[in-house]
Amino acid sequence: MSEMTAPAPAPAPAPAPAAASETPLLRIWREFAESKVALFGLALFLLSILAALLAPWITPQNPYDLATLDIMDSRMPPGSVSMDNLVFLLGSDGQGRDMLSAMLYGLRISLFVGVVAVALALAIGAVAGIAAAYLGGHVDTLIMRIVDIQLSFPAILVALILLAVLGNGVDKVIIALVTVQWAYFARAARGAALVERNKEYVEAARCLGLKRPRILLRHLLPNCMPALIVIGTVDIARAITLEATLSFLGLGVPVTEPSLGMLIANGFDYLLSGVYWISMFPGIALTIVIVAINLVGDRLRDVLNPRLKR
Amino acid sequence: MTAPAPTLSVENLQTHFPTRDGIIRAVDGVSFEIGPGEILGLVGESGSGKSITGFSILGLLDPPGHVAAGSVKFKGEDIVGAAPERLRQLRGARIAMIFQDPMMTLNPVLRVDTQMIEAVRAHNKVSEKAARARAIETLRAVGIAAPEERLKSYPHQFSGGMRQRVAIAIALLNKPDLIIADEPTTALDVTIQGQILYEMRKLCRETGTALIWITHDLSVVAGLADRVMVMYAGRIVETGSVAEVLERPRHPYTAGLIGSVPGGTARGHKLFQIPGMAPPPLNLPPGCRFKNRCGYADAACDTMPEMTELSPQHWARCHHPRPAMLAENQA
Amino acid sequence: MLVFIIRRLLQAALVVAVMSVLVFVGIYLIGDPLAILASPEATEIDREEIARALGLDRPLWEQYMAFIGSAFIGEFGKSFVFGQPAMGLILERMPATLELAFTATIMAFCIGVPLGVYAGLRHETAAAQTIMAGSILGFSLPNFWVGLMLIMIFAVQLGWMPASGRGPTIEVLGIQLSIFSAKGWHHILLPAITLALSKCALIIRLARATAREVMLMDYVKFARAKGLSERRVVGVHILKNIMVPVATVTGLELGALIAFAVITETIFSWPGMGKLLIDSITQLDRPVIVAYLIVVVFMLVAINLIVDILYSVLDPRVRLGGAQ
Repeated sequence: MSEMTAPAPAPAPAPAPAAASETPLLRIWREFAESKVALFGLALFLLSILAALLAPWITPQNPYDLATLDIMDSRMPPGSVSMDNLVFLLGSDGQGRDMLSAMLYGLRISLFVGVVAVALALAIGAVAGIAAAYLGGHVDTLIMRIVDIQLSFPAILVALILLAVLGNGVDKVIIALVTVQWAYFARAARGAALVERNKEYVEAARCLGLKRPRILLRHLLPNCMPALIVIGTVDIARAITLEATLSFLGLGVPVTEPSLGMLIANGFDYLLSGVYWISMFPGIALTIVIVAINLVGDRLRDVLNPRLKR
Repeated sequence: MTAPAPTLSVENLQTHFPTRDGIIRAVDGVSFEIGPGEILGLVGESGSGKSITGFSILGLLDPPGHVAAGSVKFKGEDIVGAAPERLRQLRGARIAMIFQDPMMTLNPVLRVDTQMIEAVRAHNKVSEKAARARAIETLRAVGIAAPEERLKSYPHQFSGGMRQRVAIAIALLNKPDLIIADEPTTALDVTIQGQILYEMRKLCRETGTALIWITHDLSVVAGLADRVMVMYAGRIVETGSVAEVLERPRHPYTAGLIGSVPGGTARGHKLFQIPGMAPPPLNLPPGCRFKNRCGYADAACDTMPEMTELSPQHWARCHHPRPAMLAENQA
Repeated sequence: MLVFIIRRLLQAALVVAVMSVLVFVGIYLIGDPLAILASPEATEIDREEIARALGLDRPLWEQYMAFIGSAFIGEFGKSFVFGQPAMGLILERMPATLELAFTATIMAFCIGVPLGVYAGLRHETAAAQTIMAGSILGFSLPNFWVGLMLIMIFAVQLGWMPASGRGPTIEVLGIQLSIFSAKGWHHILLPAITLALSKCALIIRLARATAREVMLMDYVKFARAKGLSERRVVGVHILKNIMVPVATVTGLELGALIAFAVITETIFSWPGMGKLLIDSITQLDRPVIVAYLIVVVFMLVAINLIVDILYSVLDPRVRLGGAQ
């Protein structure tokens, strides 16, 4: 006698009563929204983007216009009034800039640099990773070796050295950030592409005689996106932090258009004499934005991770 | 002469798993008794709730699973609501469990002796040396040669059959009154399986340990157990002595199980299979749960049948139990 | 086992060699190496001498050999600012950096693992949620800003700890360490906390994820079925399985920590290699930069190697191979 042959399914919950036809995007949004915390983070992030975009209109002062600054206004505590009867809600910095205005403008730079750098790094990394996975062989080995070497080096050092060589400037910062980050995307894209490459739809596309670039772009790439998006979101936070750190060290954006990091650096010298607001408030703003992005990224990872499917 | 107190008495055990889409009644009203030295086979397909029954008895359910109703009495003591410390004292000492896959049940980063000695010392105040001696002795009893050296190895250094013997040895260390074995030989090949079955039977007879053997394999039950219980979709549908149930199955499901075992079929003929599939646990049909696959179902089967004693000590839950004839004569 | 170590050593040596080539090529590619390696104030004669010492008129591979050779002797690259061999300067400051990095790592580990394991085992509780929220804050807070705030609160406002510098050192096994004196602790506490914060958050999250995976494993259920006390189940069975991945990651992160120390050292004026690097960058003391890079590459490779070996020692499945 041997085992019985009656088929029997394992106990599984009945399929969830989904809406008539829920597109994947809608499903992702619905699951994302189930976390109040993530929604909160998303709201904060969108708010900060809004504030940054509207900065020229909503700030009481343009901190980059040197003509409007008065050195007599420098280092005034929060709430005090300037020479031109401007209220320094969060105090003023060493050059007489209104902290609030400087922060909002600084936020613009931080967000701009972060998003652009990540977008570029994602594009480059995705192309490299998918190409490596699809073409295989020597191309794969070569690209992956470069990625490995890149990744084994601490990001901060690579960025430091690059900027030391390239000099200051927003564009140079972006180049440094892209150099540091593309490897993450490359590795993730390759991993995802390796999995997708063996799936039937790729073979079907090949059988249809589709050209290789089309297969890669229109078929393979969209299926690798979830992993890339998760990394990308968190990477924006990393990029912003990295830019702030570099600016803090004096190697990032130019002194005349300070980002949040540079503002904090400016405040360092005055810290010991009790002038706390120059360093503290930009830091709080920075933290809020980064936390918001991380909350969103965390939730996205849970939602897009196939292994956690209940 | 008064009957000895049953080692284990389970009454109307109900284990529920709340999920997003409803409550899964994995075990839905299971009752049975087992006495010292008895071997009881619990048979069912995957999803029938047989393993969950075993875990429920020991309180080892993964949350959110919980025992929703019913009682489990070990030698008269109610253990369902027992304090965690009391349960801990019982587990491994008075009630032991053997799991299905020993590769997963033995901790891969700990040595075998560590895992055996801790099982002894958790329940007995003995020295490490004494615990080790007991471990060696028990390993020998389950047929492992050179136990002293074997103890120093890690689980992955054993073959499958040896690992399971180790698991059995661990169960026997504290001379429990009851062993619950959850498909312990499923992952092993047939020859090893036969050996282990033989040894388990011998050990239980010698020591008077009660044994609940959970399996989906009828042949195992035939060679090993005194009594058998057949489970389907969370309920017991038939129970009786092994000889009785296997030769004269009364419930259509049991008959189907026996009928689908190859052997009785003439060569070249299609193997018999019970048509259909077990109902999804969230969408159980009202009344008899087997009715959608049963050739004898009718309107009466829309109400849940109760367990009826069809012949002495032979019970079945069916409105249309099969006539008491030998299995091979049934359609 | 021995074969494994030898093989990894050879691999490590290969990586260091490759990296040294890259650094060399990097310098060579960025315009005139003379401009990088000779001080801007050097006279024509000095430049010619340096050029000759570096063999700039020789074929490339000879230059590389000269580069490597003099890197060992330390002749190559005298710091513009200090006038001493750059390599010597770096090695002099290394103990301070390592002391800081190790202290931070141990702090992060000892605090992070228990918190993470707790958050994993009791993940429904409010305490666990708080820990996880804290961990998000932990790795979101900009490292340098935390340092500044700590200085502001503890040094300026409360005056409990000094705002900069390293404590008095004692010689231990030939190395100058400051952690063995109370005053040394006063100085190292704030920078170590700053450095440890984001690593601690990382460890908490890793420990939690691993704990959640492990606690669902069959062998945990089996340990309970044996009637072991909950303390033993968690403390031995679960913990031992968590240790391996967590310790591995922590070890690997040590390299990143040493790099991050660059910022912390700058803020706290901690006399380590990192501060030297930043100063060198701002002062364009290029030989020091090159020397720093080589040392860091070497350390990273060494750390990776040690962690690899440690991993195979800790996990008996790797150490002892398959079934007999």
